[in-house]
Amino acid sequence: MLRYTARRFGQLLLVMAALSVLLFGWLRSLPGGPVSALLGERGTPASRAQLTEALGLDEPLHVQYLRFLGRVAGGQFGTSTGVQPGDDALAIFLQRFPATIELATLAILLAVAVGIPLGYLAARRRGSWLDNAGVVTSLVGVAVPVFFLAFVLKYVFAVELGWLPTSGRQTAGIDATRVTGFFVLDGLLTREWDAAWDSLRHLVLPAVALASIPFAVVFRITRGAVLEVLDEDYVRTAYAKGLTDRVIRGRHVLRNAMLPVITTIGLQTGALLSGAVLTERVFAYQGVGQALAIGFERRDYAVLQVVIVAAAMVYVLVNLLVDLSYAVIDPRVRT
Amino acid sequence: MTTSRGERIDALAAAGPDVGVSLGASAWRRLRRSPVFVVGAVVIGAFVVVALLAPWLAPHDPGLRLLEGQVVRARNEIPPAQPGFPLGGDQEGRDLLSRMLLGSRQTLLVAVLATVIGLGGGLVLGTLAGAIGGWVDSAVMRVVDVLLSIPSLLLAVSIGALFAQQSRFTVILAVAIVQIPVFARLLRGSMLAQRGSDHVLAARALGVRRRAIVFRHMLPNSLGPVIVQSTLVLAIAIIDAAALSFLGLGAPDDSVPEWGQMLGKAQNVIDSHPQLAFWPAGAIIVVALGFTLVGESLRDTLDPKSRNRA
Repeated sequence: MLRYTARRFGQLLLVMAALSVLLFGWLRSLPGGPVSALLGERGTPASRAQLTEALGLDEPLHVQYLRFLGRVAGGQFGTSTGVQPGDDALAIFLQRFPATIELATLAILLAVAVGIPLGYLAARRRGSWLDNAGVVTSLVGVAVPVFFLAFVLKYVFAVELGWLPTSGRQTAGIDATRVTGFFVLDGLLTREWDAAWDSLRHLVLPAVALASIPFAVVFRITRGAVLEVLDEDYVRTAYAKGLTDRVIRGRHVLRNAMLPVITTIGLQTGALLSGAVLTERVFAYQGVGQALAIGFERRDYAVLQVVIVAAAMVYVLVNLLVDLSYAVIDPRVRT
Repeated sequence: MTTSRGERIDALAAAGPDVGVSLGASAWRRLRRSPVFVVGAVVIGAFVVVALLAPWLAPHDPGLRLLEGQVVRARNEIPPAQPGFPLGGDQEGRDLLSRMLLGSRQTLLVAVLATVIGLGGGLVLGTLAGAIGGWVDSAVMRVVDVLLSIPSLLLAVSIGALFAQQSRFTVILAVAIVQIPVFARLLRGSMLAQRGSDHVLAARALGVRRRAIVFRHMLPNSLGPVIVQSTLVLAIAIIDAAALSFLGLGAPDDSVPEWGQMLGKAQNVIDSHPQLAFWPAGAIIVVALGFTLVGESLRDTLDPKSRNRA
């Protein structure tokens, strides 16, 4: 187990190193080069010359790369030019990150809470109307652009029916104490129930829209895995030796079918981050995704750098954790 | 799960009418009976026919601002449906129906070009890694891993941002490059599985040259999952192109319409004029669903494991 963990960490470091080269190359090949990229439209000839010297752009490439690594490691990504002009890019990211975690967590919870039971039932009653409805829903879910689904949800439930708020994380002017930056959690910790409830209401629509991505996948993988496991010899053996249906379902079928489902949830992190960019923009939800969308629109490369590095790190780390938990559950993987 | 050769032969023997029929012929036989495939194929067929005949089907020129007089920007007024213009006009006063019909062409172009570029790149990288192995394999796969570690939309958007001027081609390129590592990894996986298989060992024992083994024996047998993925990527490309437009990285010039671009540009007026978003979104959903249905039914029939399942 220790060797497996060490090897996976080695791979992680390799991926991060390669990613830094990619990011370095990306910044250098941006239209106008890194100086215009970092300064944006505020650049004057004097500040340009100063930044060119400060960035050491006249030095050899490998020196520049090492300096770049140093800056990234020290968290110096520069100053935002478009998202929140004048603010430190890393600070913007840290301030918005909890919002996206809150959104993505709720989306995954929704997808798992609906997808796994539905996938299990669909497999048990293969060919029933429930199975067919589930399969059709998951196929349509893949074909619907997530930002369009977000628009429809917003139009129906927020604009037309007025049940839920249209945008943002919290009603303006509400009296809420900040502790962790997770608004729902803050409300619970400080016992400001109305603030927690208000934030939760703001979360519902973006989370449902975002959940459509992992839901389709979780449902289909669960269904497929349960079908496959039901076919296995050990399930037949279990029936043959007279175990009750309940024991077989819990201990043999569900447990074995969950392995691919767990991996899938890990792989969905990337899709969730992509989807968050789109849903957060529709609902003007002040998370990382919105910062990224605005960053691309206004060419705020300082913010883009932080978010891309962070998104890749989160994605790789989550998958590392998934692989490790997988190895704990299934010893066959540790080779 | 690997099954032993004995089991595979047993399964083949149990398959009945499919014995002695090639995987392709047997797949086609079952595809024709699959309602999922038929529905998907009909949708795609209709889409392609509309795309081909669009210039003759469209009542007006999609680039002409025929109803410009009815557009009042200050009051957010857009021409409603009227005689000769069954869907009304768009933000610029152009005929929405004609733009929808001609938009199918560019949408098809985006889907096909992005898939072909992604597939081509993936084929080259995957074949290199899978056929040569060793350090080439390690090097290629590390690059692929890095590209796969960036969430796909972020990667597409980062590539899109590299171009000083966005155009339809930069959108296609951004969407396509994201798919290269996916294809490469898929192909390498099934090539590796081929390397130790009996027919490759037999060919090697017979003294067949390495190039012939790779191109005549390994590659054709590895294409099944790649074909399935291509069908799915046709759908993904259309949706991703729409997402890029939505994020402001689409082609700025919309004189030649494309559905994703139309949907992306409709976001500012969606609350007052939802029809401008609903038509292109509906078309994208139907076509993407068509490609997905065909891809899923192909996956079911081309996967030898599911071949003998009822």
